[in-house]
Amino acid sequence: MSDYQNPIIRWVEYRLPILSFIDHSVGRHYLAPKNLNYWWNFGSLAGIALAIQLATGIVLAMHYVPHGDLAFDSVERIMRDVNYGWLLRYLHANSSALFFFVVYVHIFRGLYYGSYKYPRELLWWLGIIILFVMMATAFMGYVLPWGQMSFWAATVITNLFSAIPIIGGGIVEFLWGGFTVGNPTLNRFYSLHYLLPFVIVGIVFLHLWALHVHRSSNPLGIDVQGPQDMIPFHPYYTYKDLVGLGVFLLVLCGFVFYAPNYMGHPDNYIPANPLQTPPHIVPEWYFLPYYAVLRAVPDKLGGVILMVASIAILFAVPWLDTSRVRSAKFRPIFRQLFWIFAIDCILLGFAGAKPAEGLWLVIGRLATVYYFLHFLVLLPLVGWFERPKPLPESIHQPVLAASAGAAVVPPEDRR
Amino acid sequence: MAAADSGHDGEETRRDFLIVATTTVMAVGGLASLWPFLDSLNPASDTLALSSTEIDLSAVEEGQSIIVTWRGKPVFVRHRTQKEIDEARSAVTGDLRDPQPDEERTQNPKWLIVVGVCTHLGCIPLGTRTGEPRGEFGGWFCPCHGSHYDTSARIRKGPAPANLEVPEYNFLDDTTVKIG
Repeated sequence: MSDYQNPIIRWVEYRLPILSFIDHSVGRHYLAPKNLNYWWNFGSLAGIALAIQLATGIVLAMHYVPHGDLAFDSVERIMRDVNYGWLLRYLHANSSALFFFVVYVHIFRGLYYGSYKYPRELLWWLGIIILFVMMATAFMGYVLPWGQMSFWAATVITNLFSAIPIIGGGIVEFLWGGFTVGNPTLNRFYSLHYLLPFVIVGIVFLHLWALHVHRSSNPLGIDVQGPQDMIPFHPYYTYKDLVGLGVFLLVLCGFVFYAPNYMGHPDNYIPANPLQTPPHIVPEWYFLPYYAVLRAVPDKLGGVILMVASIAILFAVPWLDTSRVRSAKFRPIFRQLFWIFAIDCILLGFAGAKPAEGLWLVIGRLATVYYFLHFLVLLPLVGWFERPKPLPESIHQPVLAASAGAAVVPPEDRR
Repeated sequence: MAAADSGHDGEETRRDFLIVATTTVMAVGGLASLWPFLDSLNPASDTLALSSTEIDLSAVEEGQSIIVTWRGKPVFVRHRTQKEIDEARSAVTGDLRDPQPDEERTQNPKWLIVVGVCTHLGCIPLGTRTGEPRGEFGGWFCPCHGSHYDTSARIRKGPAPANLEVPEYNFLDDTTVKIG
């Protein structure tokens, strides 16, 4: 458009307006609510974590051999012989865990500030689908090193499908490509582990598309009323996101260089042995809460159904939450319930890490019951009975009021 | 739009300095972090460990040749006859496309050791095994595009630009040579 003076850029823009597309997506011409806080960093952080996964993963795939007899040694070759192979692998493994952490914070931010409510239900749904695909991708990536934990994770997770009545056994053999987890399983997992991240990229674009239609929600949870409530994404939020990125990279480098195996299990440095299960197998920390839900139910099929339901229930949250007020800031009771729910999720994580017996089994069961109670009973009821605090009239009004006295110049008037 | 960055018309501010400094550090850091990705594509330690090969020459009779593998590439080792040595040494160096006297290409005139990869486009020239065509100069002949090499493996005719490469090697004793 006429914003561009350079004749070459104008020539391109006239034919393919890619620069103005970027500008209207994440640039000066994309306006976002002016009151976004640091919890809104985690979306872009998730995107960057995905990019790190893709970059390291594509290079690792150049050195990895997807074969039952060779996979373990090829990973050790990456660690010992390939130049910087240790760095690439540790980056890949540790940033996958941080990817989950960032996504979980992103989801809890959505739950706290009611970001899932009208008109952002589909945006929320796309996010849950991304979570599901991420989980599948992470699981299959975990299998690739073909150590003991890899092999038995593959065995246990695929066996979840055997809980399905009648056709379960057939489905499991179909997943394995044999009568047990073996080379065919490893090969298809490798192929899918390479494919699914690009599927995630596709869904992320839909997620962003839906985001840009009604823009980000915001900590106050009230709608933007006009330009006075917004600031350009660039430079304000690009720079704010970069600050968060700096912290993210510090944490990532801290793990990669000082505790690269902190989140892993030593047993995965033992080559896969189909004849012996490790004495204590637990999933990666980011799957522990679901694992606790699975084990809380004494019935095989029931456990699997409840575990899937623990994520799938998020699809219904926009309708289970009956309150019209988005932000927990103005919902005194909901805010307390939110924190209890967050503690409940962490408790489930601890229960998932412990052997399923004694006190921890009881705690796991109670936490599971509360998890569903929160969504199915408390969330709808609170919306009815809670009396929310009065909402501010607009986004810019409290901002200006807070800094009354100081000479406040709205950004659009600066120059 | 760029003018809006500075905030104050034409005047450089502390903020400008911070932006330039931050961007520079980010750019340098970003570029430096590319290096591990690129370097991982270079030959790995285990590949480099295979970079030398020892050959026992005692079984190679005069007039015979063998092909050995060094770094995954074929290496021709020819036990030359006196006639072949004379031909190689009598060639007028000035007439060659890639002038190099035979003395520079051999440590022991009886043994010619060259990398068997045509300098044109990488095919393996014929002439080592019995019955294969040796070209017009009694050395090797590349079937891909018709390059002729002489008994010192120098290019004499055809599209190849250079002589077959002489690898680094040294004789450990009379009958053992270490390539690489």
